[in-house]
Amino acid sequence: MPDHIVTAFTDELEHLSANLLRMGGLAESMIMDASRAVATFDLELARDVIKRDRAIDELEVEAEKAIVRLIALRHPMATDLRAVLGAMKLAGDIERIGDLCKNIGKRCLELTGDENRAAVKGIERMSRAVSHQLQLALDCYLRQDIEAAKTVLDMDDDIDDHYTSLFRETLTYMMEDPRQIGSNTHLIFMAKNLERIGDHATNIAKAVYYMVTGETTTGAKIESRLAEDDHGEQR
Amino acid sequence: MSSPTADTPATGTFVTDEALKRLKKRHAAEMRFKFYGRAAIGIAIIALVTLLVSIFGQASSAFSRYVLSYDLNIEASYVDPEGTRDPQAIERNVSGFNLMLQDQLADEFLSEDPSRNVQRELYGLFTRLAVLPIAHHTAQNMQTIGTEQVFNVALADDIDLYLKGGVTQRKSLDLSGLSRVSGSVESGVTLVLGTQEDAARLNEALTSLTRQDVEDSSAAALIQAGQTWFRMENAEGRTLQLTYLAGARTLPQADASVEALVLAQSQENRTVTDRQIAWTMILKEQGRIKSVLNTSLFTNSDSTYPELAGTAAAVVGSLLTMLVTALLAIPVGIFAAVYLEEFAPRNRLTSLIEVNINNLAAVPSIVFGLLGAAVFINFLGLPRSVPLVGGLVLGLLVLPTVIIASRAALTAVPPSIRTAALGVGASKTQSVFHHVLPLAAPGILTGSIIGMARALGETAPLLLIGMVAFVAEVPDGPMDESTVLPVLIYKWSTGAERAWEPQTAAAIIVLLVFLVLMNLIAIILRRRFERRW
Amino acid sequence: MDGNVEDFAETTTTIDRTQSGSAPIKVDCRHIDVFYDDKQAIHDISLEIEDRSVTAFIGPSGCGKSTFLRCINRMNDTIEAAKVTGEIFMDGANINDPSIDPVLLRSRVGMVFQKPNPFPKSIYDNIGYGPRIHGLASGKAEMDEIVEKSLRKAGLWEEVKDRLQAPGTSLSGGQQQRLCIARAIAVSPEVILMDEPCSALDPIATAKIEELIDELRERYCIVMVTHSMQQAARVSQKTAFFHLGKLIEYGDTEKIFTNPEHGRTQDYITGRFG
Repeated sequence: MPDHIVTAFTDELEHLSANLLRMGGLAESMIMDASRAVATFDLELARDVIKRDRAIDELEVEAEKAIVRLIALRHPMATDLRAVLGAMKLAGDIERIGDLCKNIGKRCLELTGDENRAAVKGIERMSRAVSHQLQLALDCYLRQDIEAAKTVLDMDDDIDDHYTSLFRETLTYMMEDPRQIGSNTHLIFMAKNLERIGDHATNIAKAVYYMVTGETTTGAKIESRLAEDDHGEQR
Repeated sequence: MSSPTADTPATGTFVTDEALKRLKKRHAAEMRFKFYGRAAIGIAIIALVTLLVSIFGQASSAFSRYVLSYDLNIEASYVDPEGTRDPQAIERNVSGFNLMLQDQLADEFLSEDPSRNVQRELYGLFTRLAVLPIAHHTAQNMQTIGTEQVFNVALADDIDLYLKGGVTQRKSLDLSGLSRVSGSVESGVTLVLGTQEDAARLNEALTSLTRQDVEDSSAAALIQAGQTWFRMENAEGRTLQLTYLAGARTLPQADASVEALVLAQSQENRTVTDRQIAWTMILKEQGRIKSVLNTSLFTNSDSTYPELAGTAAAVVGSLLTMLVTALLAIPVGIFAAVYLEEFAPRNRLTSLIEVNINNLAAVPSIVFGLLGAAVFINFLGLPRSVPLVGGLVLGLLVLPTVIIASRAALTAVPPSIRTAALGVGASKTQSVFHHVLPLAAPGILTGSIIGMARALGETAPLLLIGMVAFVAEVPDGPMDESTVLPVLIYKWSTGAERAWEPQTAAAIIVLLVFLVLMNLIAIILRRRFERRW
Repeated sequence: MDGNVEDFAETTTTIDRTQSGSAPIKVDCRHIDVFYDDKQAIHDISLEIEDRSVTAFIGPSGCGKSTFLRCINRMNDTIEAAKVTGEIFMDGANINDPSIDPVLLRSRVGMVFQKPNPFPKSIYDNIGYGPRIHGLASGKAEMDEIVEKSLRKAGLWEEVKDRLQAPGTSLSGGQQQRLCIARAIAVSPEVILMDEPCSALDPIATAKIEELIDELRERYCIVMVTHSMQQAARVSQKTAFFHLGKLIEYGDTEKIFTNPEHGRTQDYITGRFG
């Protein structure tokens, strides 16, 4: 796509997307660090994660300002309009991811350190999947790639399965040893948080799909659409 | 993006020395241009003022004239010798009135048996046709026959000119008196001036008025002693040899006042004789010669006598001609312009027509005269010298001007008005006549009136169709012989008598007033019709 | 968060349904070509214009949108060099048929121009001129009524009712343009063409005209050419994008401005042309 006649417009849009990707990168590292803090019971790292949420919040405020500016001054139309609206969603989603990571960090401080290793490993595994999903979502945002968006949506089911099995597993530990109910509940909430993060990553993929196609839709629709495309390039 | 100051050296702002120098040059150029403009306007104003001053200066003497206020006995034997009391016969009997005036003047001024020369000189005080108004008045008022009436009789143009200070240079001397008079009015009078000083003054005046560079030129002196006028034949010291000219036929008394009138030329070299001057002076002393407004300039028609010639016929002729011109040029011009501008397709034919119209505007006017003579007079057989033909010729002459001016006015109407009219469903014709033409009207009117003004001043084409003919009657209509103002001016300017000169200037002023009036109308109409859009 | 995308989708579809329903077609242009001498200005444009809606023509300068607009009331007939081929059906009748007099057509298809161009006459005469030449009023009272009604519809009545005899040119730019709209309405047209009606006006006057256009939409089929995409977006229901004498895209305004199908349209409305 050629540049805008008003080059400052292109610059601002690019700056906005770079900002969002930076936020995304921060969020990604926060997921990893939070899960590592849980796995290694590293309270210092947990506190660090909590602190880093502020950076994301600040970046979100900045992105929101940039979006308001763009709408007020540049009157974006069509793809630009969708890019700006999508960016707004992205900013919100990533900010929420940051909040959820912070929550994991806080819950980590409540842990006793002698939780069931299996459950903790489950959290770590899940977080790896979620972080991968987010990475993929951000990647499809960067490349405006709806194929990748589809993969992101597919991954959501995996993560949901992860969560369900972790939930059941933890539940059995709690029944075995009622003393661990407190800390295991924290683990369940952490898993829930990770599952929510996965939903936000899915939202990001949906937003990217809207930005590219101009159609708002659910995962199922995307699949049918992609299937159509595979059949023949009518459009 | 490059900022405007990017190229300037870091040491300075954009106000560099070169820039200041250039600025100074630019200001100087501007001042120079302003000066040229003012100088041009100044020259134009000077030229105009010179023109007006010279014309008005020349014409001023034509606007007043000297008349002899004469109490005339209307005697039936002269004016109505047959006793029919027929007003028309009386009005036509110019010679009878003339004879009556001549005889009554002779009775008053001449001796029993005057020589024919002296009679002719006396009758030369007024023109033969000066009695025309008297005859007219008498014919209108039959009861005045046999009574005494006071009439203003126009003096001959030379006398008029003399009274206005023309004809010859002169100098009046008030002499202190006389010491001795001898001789008789019939055979010559010898007069001795009272003082040596008087003689010296007289001599000095004579010398100063004699032009040294012209042979045969010598100043003459008329001497008034008491009620009598003499011509000075020669002078030796205080002793003057005099010949009787006019006035009381007695020798002056010893205590009579003596005045000398020194004239630069002797009577052989001027159009007014010594005797006529003497009579004029006497009449003037009696208060019977007075200056009146020269209404005849406006009410009379052309005449071979400048003192009687007027512009009335030419003004009416000009008006009639203008009427015909306007009736031809304005409608035809406007319709042609409207068609060409609004309706005509743009093709080779219309552009050819356009080029030709523009060229026609530059064709010398005399060519139109030739055309008029060939087409209207020779081919169509219209009479010569009539305003109809003159108007047609001038109409053709100004037609291109009117078309060009009208087209310019039509083009100046913004196209948005046309599209607006078309947009509400007006037809082309409706849009033109309801909207475009009213908006163009001031411009069209101005152009037309300027064209008319040009036609009013045209002489050449009218000469060719015979409008130079002498016309003594105010024309009755466009088919009556007539002349027009510029032709009249041309004719008058070629007149031999000196009196034609101020007369010509006066006619020019009449023409100028005419033109100013037309332009005034143009301005008023423009103001009236002009609208914003 | 999740639901927002769904909500958005729902509203979009509802609006779509109301707009692209079965609105009757007022003007149906088929295969229109316009030539100026040998130069082709319009290439085979076919377009259906809905009644009681605002259709906006957008496109860069010289794209032929004004030329196409002027086909609808045969204003191009007044340009000697212009030649129009194709058929334009208005209520089933082909207006390009030689038997249709453009003068009568223009009483059914009013036009408002770029620059306010009131006649240099009184406000009353400006409105009354059209009805008078078309013989729409049989008396003074009827004419007064037409004038008042037209001015009311144009939202100008309250502003000028006390000075109907004042010259139309004494009004402000926006008022003049509304006067021109009232003048167009006065001959009770069915279609009103507007050729960049706000390009010479300030934003407030523009807003008033836009509000007026929105009101008039209930009664008339309005077609407008505009250079301001925002304006097209604000007032029109359908938008047509012209480029180099061709119709590139025609559809619901909302669609054109959020998700145009054609790359050229996309580039133009996002300001990437060149």
